[in-house]
Amino acid sequence: MAEVILRDVTKIFGHTVGVDGIDLDVPDGAFVVLLGPTGAGKTTTLRLIAGLERPDRGEIMIGGRPVVGETPAQRDVAMVFQQYSLYPHMTVRENLAFPLKSPILKTPADEVERKVNAVAEVLRIPHKLDNKATQLSGGEMQRVSIGRALVRDPAIYLMDEPLSSLDAKLRADLRVELKRIQSDLGATLLYVTHDQIEAMTMATHVGVLDEGRLVQFGSPREIYENPVSEYVATRLGLPRINLVPAGLFGGAPAGAARIGLRPEHIVMNGEGGKAGTVIRVEHLGDQTRVHVEVEGQVLTTLADAHSTLGHGDSVHVTPRDALFFDAAGNRVH
Amino acid sequence: MAEIVIKNLRKDFGDFTAVQSSSFTIADGEFFMLLGPSGCGKTTTLRMIAGLELPTSGEIYIDGEEVGQKPASQRDIAFVFQMFALYPHMNVRRNITYPLVSQGMPRAQIKDKLAEVARILGIENILDRPVGGLSGGDRQRVALGRAIVRDPKAFMMDEPLGALDAEFRERMAEELRALHDRMGATTVYVTHDQLEAMQMGDKIVVMNHGVVEQFGTPQEIYDKPATMFVADFIGSPPMNFLRFDGTVTEGASKVALNGAEIAVPVQHEAAAGKLVLGVRPEHVILSDAAGLRGEVLAAEYLGTTQIVTIETAHGEVKARTGAAQAVRPGETVGLDLMPRTLTVFDDQTGRALRSDLNAEVLGHG
Repeated sequence: MAEVILRDVTKIFGHTVGVDGIDLDVPDGAFVVLLGPTGAGKTTTLRLIAGLERPDRGEIMIGGRPVVGETPAQRDVAMVFQQYSLYPHMTVRENLAFPLKSPILKTPADEVERKVNAVAEVLRIPHKLDNKATQLSGGEMQRVSIGRALVRDPAIYLMDEPLSSLDAKLRADLRVELKRIQSDLGATLLYVTHDQIEAMTMATHVGVLDEGRLVQFGSPREIYENPVSEYVATRLGLPRINLVPAGLFGGAPAGAARIGLRPEHIVMNGEGGKAGTVIRVEHLGDQTRVHVEVEGQVLTTLADAHSTLGHGDSVHVTPRDALFFDAAGNRVH
Repeated sequence: MAEIVIKNLRKDFGDFTAVQSSSFTIADGEFFMLLGPSGCGKTTTLRMIAGLELPTSGEIYIDGEEVGQKPASQRDIAFVFQMFALYPHMNVRRNITYPLVSQGMPRAQIKDKLAEVARILGIENILDRPVGGLSGGDRQRVALGRAIVRDPKAFMMDEPLGALDAEFRERMAEELRALHDRMGATTVYVTHDQLEAMQMGDKIVVMNHGVVEQFGTPQEIYDKPATMFVADFIGSPPMNFLRFDGTVTEGASKVALNGAEIAVPVQHEAAAGKLVLGVRPEHVILSDAAGLRGEVLAAEYLGTTQIVTIETAHGEVKARTGAAQAVRPGETVGLDLMPRTLTVFDDQTGRALRSDLNAEVLGHG
């Protein structure tokens, strides 16, 4: 495995800047997730590293070697796409073995067999090896296409929303599995998604992208607890962070325009605080979301699952661990 | 507005039974969810209430009147579909007023009605725009406007947010619910998204293979599932199932899993053989002292909480704990299960055994 370094990487499509001066370090053995909405430049970044696009400016190093002039094959990366593309007429075993049979790799037959078996074991599909690819469920097909990347021992794995076409249950299972596989193999993995749960649960590092720029890079916990801007703060957390005028609770630092409060940082009926009215209560089973109106602003907070609060109840709310943002949305405190 | 009563409703398409024998009551002004996986019969049920399908047998009462075999036009119901069908050559104003114009309503009255609907939906500023250039949200608001403007007895909505992306969907869900709170119209809403159902619904019917699995408030269905299907379909992650061979006697307050005794709510019926102990992830507490033990496979950070996956002798268990608790993959932990929250199921039938926890919800059937 190898570390990947991007320096000032820029890619322009006509009049649109797809990727705008990105500096990024993917440490050896890290699971880096690039998070952002459609059009943020996530997939373009991945394609630049894979060699499917050429940067207009900047440098890309894989394992200390500059690779901008190299073909995708020379770069020794393995890519997994959203849509699994398996050879339908081949068995699972033949599909997994296929990348090893490439003339560049010239893998001996016994080595191919050993690797295919090992990967099938990791993916928990050894009993499916002799099935045709078309006889698999959607989740199994995606596991095989991930497996096809795993057999190769590349410098880095690049994955572009590999779980997004799967249903919720399967996605939850594969999230855990992918994380386990990555840490068992000590693999370096760069993973693109717009799903915050995937980013939070799998990543060792999260890179948040906004209109082609990398706006924050850190552990999921750092990004969640210490966002540099409103944009980053709204990327992670469900229900979303509350953003209200900074003066609502008083005590705002100079330059603050808005206060950002995570739902769990609004304390109900503690000491002091502002009077508010409950406008709606949602019982979601494991948690209860309470929407409280305070001086015309609606705040979403959490209560105990069996809270008896209801519409029209009066409550006192107190903020804690508030984040402050200036008029441009940047963090001031 | 209207109360809707469904009695023994059945729909066959040839040899296939889409809805078997549904019975439930939708109270006046309720936001009512029909929830289930695709093919469970929820949309067929909705279409029968609306009059777009006629039931094979059974009755549908709207405001006390039996309408089962009446055509849609005589039921005074408005339907909102997943793909909002607007007239592309008309502007927003004409799209919304079209149902009234075709009813022959006087022009002054139409004007008042339009103003009211536009205000409720917050779309006064786009009335003269063509619908072609509108955002997804505005298109959905216009489609809603066209449904609201008729003052129907009830609204039927078939996955109206299904085509929207996640972030926008959550906003629209809040908006729809707030709109319902202002208007108080009986609404029947079909979805396969359990979170949407929990978030918006006053009551939920969970369907599977054409059968009503459970009917109740979101919290009842979550805390006191009647079947393993409901327990698994609701919640993310869903309820954990610990499978074991054992016996439950009437009045028992413990079950034994491989010797480890676990306290459960007082059981009201006896069972033996293949049983399942159901526990929600947030009711699993990691504790060194607990008799039930397992090895940590993974910990997933979620901000305030984390999901810890633990391999036990009875299968994988997911626990939701505070994000501050340090858990390392590979370590062995004990699992305390909060006694009052547990449900025992019969693995053969998938049915929950009655206990102090759920007897009231499950009744005596």
